Amino acid sequence: MNAISAQGVNKVFNPDTDEEVIALQDINLDVEAGEFISLIGPSGCGKSTLMRLIGDLLQPSSGDLTVNGMAPAAARLARQYGMVFQAATLYEWRSVIRNVELPLEVMGFPKGKRRKQAQAMLDMVELGAFAQHYPWQLSGGMQQRVSIARALAFDPAVLLMDEPFGALDEFTRERMNLELLKIWDQTGKTIVFVTHSISEAVFLSNRIVVMSPRPGRITEIVGNTLPHPRDFNTRNDPAYHDLVANVRDLLRDAVGSVSTRPDGAE
Amino acid sequence: MAQAEARAAATLTANLRRRLTYYSPTIAIAVGVILLWEFIVLIFDIQQFLLPKPSAIFAEFMLQVDLWLAPGERSILFESSGATFWEAFGGFFIGCGGGILVALITSRWTIVSEATMPFAIAANSVPIIAFAPIMNNWFGITNPASKMAIVSIIVFFPTMINTVRGLTLLDVNELELMRSYAAKPADIMLKLRIPNALPYIFSALRVASALSLIGAVVAEFFGGPRATLGVYITQEASAFDFAKAWTAILMASLMGIGFYLVVLLAERRLMPWHVSLRGEG
Repeated sequence: MNAISAQGVNKVFNPDTDEEVIALQDINLDVEAGEFISLIGPSGCGKSTLMRLIGDLLQPSSGDLTVNGMAPAAARLARQYGMVFQAATLYEWRSVIRNVELPLEVMGFPKGKRRKQAQAMLDMVELGAFAQHYPWQLSGGMQQRVSIARALAFDPAVLLMDEPFGALDEFTRERMNLELLKIWDQTGKTIVFVTHSISEAVFLSNRIVVMSPRPGRITEIVGNTLPHPRDFNTRNDPAYHDLVANVRDLLRDAVGSVSTRPDGAE
Repeated sequence: MAQAEARAAATLTANLRRRLTYYSPTIAIAVGVILLWEFIVLIFDIQQFLLPKPSAIFAEFMLQVDLWLAPGERSILFESSGATFWEAFGGFFIGCGGGILVALITSRWTIVSEATMPFAIAANSVPIIAFAPIMNNWFGITNPASKMAIVSIIVFFPTMINTVRGLTLLDVNELELMRSYAAKPADIMLKLRIPNALPYIFSALRVASALSLIGAVVAEFFGGPRATLGVYITQEASAFDFAKAWTAILMASLMGIGFYLVVLLAERRLMPWHVSLRGEG
């Protein structure tokens, strides 16, 4: 059974009005359990919308969408989603460990178990020593690691990440990529990763879903056979560079197909 | 060990000195203004019923303190201050409590809070003090309830408006997070909306603390029991005893500042995380 399965999914905002926007058109996508998949494309291609449909933050206008054999709403009620946004979205009135405990509190875990689980998650993202700090005392990269720890705290089946490292500087981002791969390796989660960084998508995922805007469509799904474990040397591998070039061409075509400019501006 | 103690003592004095340097301009301005006032009155020979010297006001104030402390004596000033403070505090408690409560209830239903907000904002710009004579008729001119009513209405609207804002102006992702946890509305209220509203509520309470004293004193100008600050000021002023009138103004200011500081202190205790409090303590 596929972890995520989309068949002919469409999403239209403001249907039957002047502001009608076809955000997604005829999306077909199957994601295996434990797969790391990236959604990449220029802004307006609907990659975040697709992630929100999977997470039941939005509902499709038509088509079939299932997560572990359930409708997205049922999967959400079964608490199968861990979400990470571009902003760390930590509650500023809670200490770091209490932020990680938040989902566990909401889900009614007993206090002792909550603490232990949250501490274990913080240790995993190497922030165990910062448990009692407040979010504002942490750097952007550390805040995002707390956010990942929080998303994993209740052991959800699927991790949905919406440009989680988009606001970080290049060095921090590359380190976070390595850490995320390590976490993925340890936990075996299914990860849907939205990004606009080609190198990030190629470095991280098993498959790269290339999308194009107006209307949002999947133009190509690129398999990624770069060997695991991946590390700093992966980015020096000629195969890595070939793949980056390949995805870049695909993105250029995707944009060019609707662009009026002959060079297909990005 | 002795070395560590010596170092700790040194840090303490260094901290004290830093604080003193930090606050010295403020203190200098306060002292300067009072001295200037004193000299202007002296040099231009201003009549005491127009503007008494600070030293005369202070002398009158100390006289009242002596009266207040002496057994068997009464200080009308201190009795008045107490009465006015209770009116202000009672009104503050009822008005702010009511404002927060109504905000909590209406924000539960977005439609209701959206429908009531325009009225609250309109009511907030009405000069409520104009109702003082009516409240005197309703509750009785010497009944403290007439002043409390005015104060409660004055502080109710800003508190309610700010609380509704704090409960509803949320980051989209913060809400989506709760949604992804399949959180119950009660959890969203307790763990997200209310903590998010706290800074808004406290900024309203700080404004309300000052407003409540102003409201009480001004409401008393329209008539009230003998032993209240507003009545005290009007009576002493019409009797040309301006040093007395000014001591009452001084008391009202001291209570206003004190009230504000108490609210500020409560805010710091309850919200140690907040941006405005960072890098202190």
